[in-house]
This record gives sequence, C-alpha cells and structure tokens, in this order.
Amino acid sequence: MEQVKCECGHVNPHGTVLCEACGKVLDEQEEKKSQLLDMRYEGSARRSQTYNKTIVDKIWNFFSSVKVGVWLIVLTLIASILGTILPQEMYINLPPEVYYEQEYGWFGKMYYQLGFHDLYGSWWYLLLIAMIGVSLVICSLDRVIPLYKALKAQRVTRNEGFLKRQRVFGTTSNFSDHDLKLVKEHLKAKRYQIREENGDLLAEKGRFSRWGPYVNHIGLIIFLFGGMLRFIPGMYVNEDLWVREGETALVPETGEQFYLKNNQFILQTYDKNKDKTFEEAIERAGQVVKNYQSNVELYQKKSESLPGEEPKLEKVKEYKVRVNHPLTFDGYSIFQSSYRSELNSMTFSLTNKQTNQSVGDLTISLVNPKSHYDLGNGYSVEIIEYFPDFEFDKNKEPSTKSRVPNNPAFVFRMISPEKPEGETSFVAIKQTIEPFGENTYKMSFKGIETKNVSGFTVRKDSSLWAIILGGIIFMIGVVQGAYWNHRRIWIQRKNGQVWIAAHTNKNWYGLKQEIEACIENTELNIPVDQLQAEKEEQEGA
Amino acid sequence: MAGLSSNLLFIAFILYLVSILFYGGSIKEKRANQGKRETNKWGKIAVSLTIIGFIAQLGYFITRWIAAKHAPVSNMFEFTTFFGMALVGAFIVIYFIYRTTLLGLFTMPVAILIIAYASMFPREITPLIPALQSYWLHIHVTTAAIGEAILAISFAAGLIYLVKGIDQSTRSKKTFWLEVIMFSLVAVLGFVAVSSIFSAADYHEEFSWVDKHDNEATLDYSMPALIGPHEGQLLTEGGLNPLVSVPAFINAKKLNTVVWSLIGGIVLYVIIRLVLRKRISAALQPLVKNIKLDFVDEISYRSVLIGFPVFTLGALIFAMIWAHMAWSRFWGWDPKEVWALITWLFYAAFLHLRLSKGWHGEKSAWLAVVGFVIIMFNLVAVNLVIAGLHSYAGS
Ligand code: HEM
Repeated sequence: MEQVKCECGHVNPHGTVLCEACGKVLDEQEEKKSQLLDMRYEGSARRSQTYNKTIVDKIWNFFSSVKVGVWLIVLTLIASILGTILPQEMYINLPPEVYYEQEYGWFGKMYYQLGFHDLYGSWWYLLLIAMIGVSLVICSLDRVIPLYKALKAQRVTRNEGFLKRQRVFGTTSNFSDHDLKLVKEHLKAKRYQIREENGDLLAEKGRFSRWGPYVNHIGLIIFLFGGMLRFIPGMYVNEDLWVREGETALVPETGEQFYLKNNQFILQTYDKNKDKTFEEAIERAGQVVKNYQSNVELYQKKSESLPGEEPKLEKVKEYKVRVNHPLTFDGYSIFQSSYRSELNSMTFSLTNKQTNQSVGDLTISLVNPKSHYDLGNGYSVEIIEYFPDFEFDKNKEPSTKSRVPNNPAFVFRMISPEKPEGETSFVAIKQTIEPFGENTYKMSFKGIETKNVSGFTVRKDSSLWAIILGGIIFMIGVVQGAYWNHRRIWIQRKNGQVWIAAHTNKNWYGLKQEIEACIENTELNIPVDQLQAEKEEQEGA
Repeated sequence: MAGLSSNLLFIAFILYLVSILFYGGSIKEKRANQGKRETNKWGKIAVSLTIIGFIAQLGYFITRWIAAKHAPVSNMFEFTTFFGMALVGAFIVIYFIYRTTLLGLFTMPVAILIIAYASMFPREITPLIPALQSYWLHIHVTTAAIGEAILAISFAAGLIYLVKGIDQSTRSKKTFWLEVIMFSLVAVLGFVAVSSIFSAADYHEEFSWVDKHDNEATLDYSMPALIGPHEGQLLTEGGLNPLVSVPAFINAKKLNTVVWSLIGGIVLYVIIRLVLRKRISAALQPLVKNIKLDFVDEISYRSVLIGFPVFTLGALIFAMIWAHMAWSRFWGWDPKEVWALITWLFYAAFLHLRLSKGWHGEKSAWLAVVGFVIIMFNLVAVNLVIAGLHSYAGS
C-alpha cells in the first residue's frame, strides 16, 4: 500500500487528508478549497473514503455511511410507530384473524393482513435491527482506528495552513513573553494538558470524550447480541404455570427438578375506611387491588424416582410471591402474574321429591370425585359419569371441553331402600334430566365451594448478563461523549506573531468563552470565529 | 398534609405566572444580554421568582409524597405536574450555564401550560395497584420525566431560533408551521379554559348508548355533547343534543373534548390575532432581536446532549429494570414502551444528523420541535388514546 510522506517528515497512510502530525493538507482537492478545514475524524485515512472497488469495499462503504445509519434509524422509528396503531397480537385475547376485523373493521383486517399484528417479531423489523447492528460495527471500525492513530501522532507544532483554516483563529503582533506565561497558567488552571515544542504550545483536554460514541456503540452491539441469544433454545424460558391452592406442581423447563406448592392465594383490596387518604379515589374507581400474593413452598427432587413413582421432595424455601417480588432460585424466577377462581367441590343432598325430606348430604370433589358415596341406612349415590366442563358435542352427546371444572355435570345413580336397583339422573348446573322416567329421589343442589388458582410466569433468561453489560457500557459511552468535549487550543509563534487557533468537537460557544477567559489581562487579541464572521457577512449583505 | 400540598402547588403556579412578566421586562431593557454573563435587575427578579416557585412546587411534591406514602408520580395529574416541575428545574440548570433570561420567557409559559393541563385531570391521591408498588417505578418515572424536561428545553431554544430566524415579511411554509406550533400552545390553553368553565358550572349530561359489543351502557359527559356516542339517547333534561354521532369504536366523549378544546383554541387564537394584527410568531420577533442565532443553537444542542443520557437511563434502562420485576419481562412492546423507544431513536437520529451531516441552526431547531411533539404525543395521546399497560385511568 502506498503511503504519503508529508513535508514535516511524518509518513501517513494512504488516503490521509490532513497530515497526522502537523495537519498539512495532503489531499489536493481539499487544498484547493479555501474555506475552513473539515476536521471530522481529523482528516484521517478512513477505509470507506479510500477504497471503492470490490464488493467488500462497497458493502463496507454502505454500512459505514452515517447517512445510511440515520436512514436505518428513521425507518425503524417509522415501523415502530405503525406497530402502536392497533394492539399487538400478544395483547389481544381472541384469535387475530377474528379480533382485528371484528374490532376495527376493514382497517383492522388490512392491518392483520399486512402482518402488522406481530410487527416487532416480523422478519423485516428484525432485519432492520440487524442492519443497524452491522452498521454500528462497521461505521465504528471505519473511524475509530484512524482517529486513534491521528490523535496519537499529532505534534505540537502545526502547519500554517492548518492553523489558519481552523474555525477559531486569530493573530497578535505585539505581545510579551509574560503574556504567554500568563495564558499558560490560565490554561493549566482550566485543567488543560499542555505540551510544548520550539516555543509552540498545544493545550488539550477531554480527548477521551472522543471515544464516547464508540464506547456507546459497543454497548449497543453487546445489547443487540444479548437480544439475539434469546433465539438459542434453552437460553430463554418463559412459561405459564397454574397451581391450585393446596396443590403441588412441577415447575416446567427445570429438568423435572423443582416443584412448587401453592399454600394460599391472597387478594387484598384497598379499604376506603382504613386507607382514608385514598377515599375519594377509591369511590371513583369502585375497587382498587392492593395485593396479589401466593404463599408458596419450593421443593427440589431429592433422588431419581422410577417412572410412575412419586418423587421424593425436599423443601428448599418458603416465599410469598407478590407482584414486583418474584421468587428466584437457580437462575429461575417465578412471578405472580394472574389468578382465577375455580370450582372445587359441590354439595348435594339426596332428597325425596314427594316429602322434600333429605336423607343425607354428600360433597363431591370436582377435581377428584369418588365413584361411590354411602349415606347409610341403605342410601347411597354412585357417579356413573362426570363431565368437568360440560357441553353437548356435535352429535348432541354430552361431553367435556376440558378437565377444568368450569361447568360440571354428572350422571348419578341414586340407590335407596325403595329403589335398590337405583334411579338415574343427569344433573348439570340449573338443569336436571331424568332419562328413564319419573324418579322418586333427586339430587338437590346445596352449595359450591371454590378454590383459587394462582397463575405464575416461570422465567429464566440467560441472556440477561449481555443486556445488563450492554446497557452499562452504553450509558458510560453516551455520558462520556455528551458531558465532556474535546478541546484543543494551539498557541504558536509564526512569522514573529502569535497565532491562536482552536478546535472543539462540539459546543463552540463554551470554547470561545474559555479562550476569552484565558487571555484576559494580556495583550493577545481574542481569536475570531471565522464561521460566524462569514455568516454575519452574508446576513449583512 | 394534602391540603398544604395543593396550596403549595397553587403558590408555585402563581409565582411562575408572575415571573413571566419579569422575564418580559428583562428582555425589553436596553442592556439586555447578548450572551454576556450579566443579567439585569428584571432578570434577576424573574429568576428568583422562578426558583422560589420551584421550591414551593418541590414542597408540594414532598408533602404529597408524605400524605400518599408513595412518590406522587402515579397518575396523569401527578406525572404531568412533575414533568412541569422538571421543566422549570431543567431551565434553572441551563440558565446557570448560559445566563439568558430569554430562555425563561419561552420556557415558563410552556411549563405553566403543562401544569394547568395537568390540573384538568382528577386530582385526588390514588392508591397504587400492585404493579406500581415498586421503588423502581418511581425512579424510572422521575428520571424519564427529568430527561424529557431537559430535552424540552431544546424545544424552547429551538423556538427562539425559529422566531428569530424565520423571515416573517412574507408568508411561507415555514411561517405556517411555526404558527401551527403557536396555535397548538394556544389550543392547550383553550382546553384548560373550556374544561375549567364547564367544570365550574358543574355541567353534566347523560347518555344511554350502544358499545361496540352491542351492549347498552350509559355515559356521563362533563361538556355539552357536540359529538354524541353511538346510538346515543340523551337522558338528561335540557342537555344538548349532539350534532353528530360516531361509530362505536371511536371514543365519542374524548373526541368531544378534543373538539371543544379546538373551538376554545380557535376562539382564543382569533382574539389574539385581532389584537396583534399579525402572526403570533411575528409579534414575538422583536423580543428575540438581541440574541445571537448560534448562541441559541448551542443551547438547544446542549440540552439534547444533557437530556439524552438522562432520558436513556430513565425511560429505557430503569424502565426495563422495573418491567423485569413487575411483568417478568424487561421489554414487551407495549405502546408506551415503544413510544419511549421512538423518542430515543429520534434523538439518536438528531445527534447523528447534527454531528455528521452538519444539520445545525434552523434544521436542528425544527428537529428540536419535532422531538418535543413526540414527547408530548407520548405523554398525552399514548396515555389517553392508545390504551396499554401503562395507561393511567384518565378521563
Ligand atoms: C440506535 C442506534 C444508535 C445510537 C443510540 C447511537 C448513539 C450515538 C451517540 C450518542 C453518538 C454521539 C453523538 C454526539 O456526541 O453528538 C453517536 C455518534 C456516532 N454514531 Fe451512533 N448511534 C446509533 C447508531 C449508529 C449507526 C447505525 C451508525 C452508522 C452509520 C452510527 C454512527 C455514528 C458515528 C459515525 C458517530 C460519530 C462519531 C464521531 O464523530 O466521533 N451510529 N452515536
């Protein structure tokens, strides 16, 4: 690769615009322009500005362009807006093909057909994010290394053309050495680092802030990488778990290691008589929930059990799972996410229809009903069939939709001394059918008992470390780049004069203030902001 | 405690209002500053009033916190008031960096409008539902609001830039859009005025209507219905019969409020125009004649630089930590979350355009305006219109 040797003796890589050491303009095109220098990236040799032949060059150049980067960001922004117009698939409780049309008419249908119901999981949205990721890597590499080299190689004494074409520049002919000493002291007091060479001076501060953008981009890349990890099986577990009060359930995706027992579910609401401060608000809202809580015990399997055998469990801990207070163990977290109340048992009494006299009560567990209930004195009831979630199926036959006792129905055989062979009765909620003619006895409904079922979310997220690390690095970088800036002031003797030139990567106003403060009480002239002078000239004209 | 709290807020509001007069005075004075670190007497009084007002509002915040036993940032009224306070605080900080009272003249009216707008929502202290009972929530909400407030300063500075920089002698697209901004501010005032009037008159009318699931329901309007609900039947005697009624999937009551606010805004705007006899932005132009464009440009940019990291921390990082605790996932594409992401992406684009594409000055000022519009959209429309998990029970 050809290299460019500057008249100051420094050898620059091919493609350098401004000599890394003295700042002389090496690029002829740039030389011809007489305005201010473009100081971005110090005029260093960036790959994207130097090569444009192969496909690799072209891809590299595409992704290293900030214009492309901004377009990617803006496209992602617009796409994200589209996804908030209607609720996303995960927030609706009907099948999407029904929901969107039913709720929002033709617009909803179109929204669904365009795939916007799952916008953030769509391939093109993910592609946009992925392209931002690629762009971040390439644009950072393209700039950070040349910038680092150029800032490292810079010398104190600068080329005349370089100084003259800085945005802030000024000269003074009448000055004393005392003035220069005073300025130097002021600069030191303002925490500038001072380097001197042949009577020339470079005061510099905040160079580390130049790395801010690259640090924050690295943070973003790590964050995106963490997001990608989730797609690896096993890295991310997110399962629902329903446990009835008093029961123990296997915690899914734990390799059959952990079991959760739900002792009690508690729902508390605010009491407007006790919580006086909230009285008005509670009256407006009707009822406000104060707490959702499940008192649970966590068990771990002790030893391998044979199939079919009850596993031996050992209690690990007791915990009160509440919203915002998940139970955590072994990388897993169990969150309180919802609850429902299920029918638990029903009580009937076997009653003589004529006399309305009860001969005994029986309570039937809806989760685990017995098949035979003996009421003594020759009375008993058998359950011939049980439908926990009763419906008539397509053939008008009784059947059950699920195993959850949402709508229990029974076929009973009632045995009594009068009817020792038994009478058959079909009993569902608010419904009794006597299929074989008029019975002497009936099962009269006495009451139900319900039980709470806690809904948990079981989650394990092994990508969290990358998310957290990425977030921290991003914050460090963004603060580094935003709260500090890189300022340089050159004070150099040229042609018997003192030249002052200055550069900052942002906040010129602050820089100018600082220079003014530093040359206060000296003979030195305040340098001019050439860009502004130019503008004012135009505005005046 | 709650009573003391409301009084302090009222005092703060009045002090902010009075301070505007003094900001105006400090600009009018001959020695008005040109970016020089000197503030005249009027300016000093204005800033002092602002600071005392801020302390009073801080008092409101703390006393209400004590009364509620949780940080008062948990409903529309509380959050919006806090945002107004953060805006004043952000102004005070930026003021001490750049020492320009002109910024106060543009920031304080915005802060006042925001606090007035907040007061139109139910003001009683609300209990926290379980998901909100987390100190991460309070850290998240306050940091996000502070970040947004600092970003809003860049809007105020951008507005100054545009008022000064845009040629008002002829009509153009630019004068039009700048005037649209001015009108929007007036429309907020319209909303406040109309709501206050009807609420002072204790106006109510009731409708029976049919919702989108064909259920009959009743609906209570607190403003006369210009827009009626789907198949609405007026139940209140002497109530206003609606001019039009809308399909069931549109929230007629909210739309009605919007229409009334626009009417209020238009009436106010027309009155202002009749008094001024020119565009509002043209009338403001003489106030800003002493300031240098690149100076306000820098204030605007600097506020974005200061605000962006704070916003990222509050609205994204702390939000993720809280969401992780409360909903078992750190990110869930809830509309409010997405709008925070949109705001963040927007300011990222802003910074890149500025740094690499040289979008300084006027372009940057327009971007600052758009950024503020996005923030306001997230605060108002996303909370009230696009219902999500975050949606405060506003009316
Ligand atoms: C959402 C994604 C991104 C965020 C949040 C982000 C954030 C930032 C921030 C905060 C800065 C510093 C700006 C300043 O100090 O004014 C910066 C600078 C920069 N970013 Fe990004 N960035 C993102 C994406 C990208 C992409 C996709 C590119 C690729 C083209 C890119 C290229 C750059 C460049 C070249 C700089 C300037 C570095 C310098 O001049 O020293 N950024 N970025």
